[in-house]
Amino acid sequence: MNPAVLIASVYVFALAAFLGYQVISRVPPLLHTPLMSATNAISGISLIGSLVLAGAKGYPLPAHILGFVAVTTATVNVVGGFGITDRMLKMFGKRKPEATPEAKPETKVVKK
Amino acid sequence: MTITTYFMEATYLVASILFVLALKGMSHPETARRGMFLAEGGMFAAIVGTLVGAHIVTWVWIIAGLAVGSIIGAWMAVSVPMTAMPQRTALSHAFGALAAALVGIGEFVVKASQMGAVTRGALGFEVMLGALTTTGSLIAAGKLQGVIAGKPTQFRGQNAINLALAIAMVASFVFFWIQPQTVAAFYTMLGLAFVFGVLLVIPIGSADMPVVMSLLNSYAGLAAAATGFVLGNNVLIIAGTLDGFSGFILSVLMCKAMNRSITNVLFGGFGAIIAEASSNAGGVMREISLDDAAMQLAFANRVIFVPGYGLATAQAQHACRELGELLESRGVTVKYAIHPVAGRMPGHMNVLLAEANVPYSSLCEMEQINPEFPSTDVAVVIGANDVVNPDARDNPKSIIAGMPILEVDRARSVIVLKRGQGRGFSGLENPLFFKPCTAMLYGDAKSSLSHLAQAVQHV
Repeated sequence: MNPAVLIASVYVFALAAFLGYQVISRVPPLLHTPLMSATNAISGISLIGSLVLAGAKGYPLPAHILGFVAVTTATVNVVGGFGITDRMLKMFGKRKPEATPEAKPETKVVKK
Repeated sequence: MTITTYFMEATYLVASILFVLALKGMSHPETARRGMFLAEGGMFAAIVGTLVGAHIVTWVWIIAGLAVGSIIGAWMAVSVPMTAMPQRTALSHAFGALAAALVGIGEFVVKASQMGAVTRGALGFEVMLGALTTTGSLIAAGKLQGVIAGKPTQFRGQNAINLALAIAMVASFVFFWIQPQTVAAFYTMLGLAFVFGVLLVIPIGSADMPVVMSLLNSYAGLAAAATGFVLGNNVLIIAGTLDGFSGFILSVLMCKAMNRSITNVLFGGFGAIIAEASSNAGGVMREISLDDAAMQLAFANRVIFVPGYGLATAQAQHACRELGELLESRGVTVKYAIHPVAGRMPGHMNVLLAEANVPYSSLCEMEQINPEFPSTDVAVVIGANDVVNPDARDNPKSIIAGMPILEVDRARSVIVLKRGQGRGFSGLENPLFFKPCTAMLYGDAKSSLSHLAQAVQHV
């Protein structure tokens, strides 16, 4: 890594840290679990590093195999993370229970 | 630079912006979901960009990995119950960290000889953090799932051994950094990091899991950011840093909510200490019958429910909401008081109650609800213990002294739903249970709550 790139990277890191602090301190405790699961899904971005390892030019077979495992685990992280975050946030989106008319039909037990 | 490389870099920039916007959306429940759609779009763009721009020659491994990962991920997203959210999140941290560690190992295998000192440093950092987060998260998930004993596992000289191990790990990192030809140093560091992850989490009790979860979240993010430094990839740095800082902020909040330092949580082995200084916790606990409890609730003006981890283990969130709604239909004002460290991860109780359809406007934070307890007729404590222990406020000798609590003992009367007479996770006696205004209702929280609801209907 040449010095210019390194300095640019450090800038990116510092600014992202600052921005992250500003944005995340505004998240209410109510949403801390979805926040953790969302940031976890976002950090699954290491998937793109894994993709390169698994298939790019200039990498030997052992690297491809390591890459395959990495792609798999990172994809679990991304798909699972976003999926479950959405499931949680859907629940928080609900207003009063009356507002969701489809809430209960299947729980009624019909006696014959 | 070719046109495809420009395209790839453009998608990374778009992804970075979308990630930040997504987290900004998290500041309110109304906008959070839309925010996450943006993040998903950003992730998709970055993946497409990489596949187009990164000179991919072998597709088999990529397609296989994406397919297998998507199937497992989708299955996890759909099938995991909300009560198991902490262990799922811990498992997810393990997966993410493992990916980062593997990318690091791959880069080492291929390019170690051409790396400069800075890249090598970032690589070591990435692999070390990734490896220890992987095993640490697996242990945490095991503890939360109950596969591994939740009680802290401690032995003589534990801190000394951990310290020695940490020094050995860092030493092999430094050695690898100075002498990149010595392959053994790299793999020693990797192995030690895996072991260190286990030893780091094993001595920590289940009640401290909110802090551990946040820390592991932070480490997983920092490992991804380090990957960004190794690959010279800005979107990795940005996304990893956002995750790292979010985890860090949460850890600090959780520690504050327990009035303890991070070092104390990590090395104190809290929960193993059997407190002898449980001063004024004497006397008899008064038991209450279901009908009497129901009567109290039905004729109250204001009721506050205080859920703890017991609500999650009993899966009592739906029964709780049903009782709450029933009381509301009788004109009782019902609120829910959420302590920041109630449960096993930040926000655990909020998620459970939201699942049960409790509107988020009735979920109150500690600072907001504490002044309301004196004017509350009945506070119902459901499987919570330490977060309502008045010793934290009144007894400076208590090991939880200074931890902010929900002041339920200031309510006119308190009903505690509890499985038995045992102590909480910290092993502390709770003077609240012996106060004259407190009544105990023993039994499984779920069945107690639904029986209460039935009894209230007949009042």
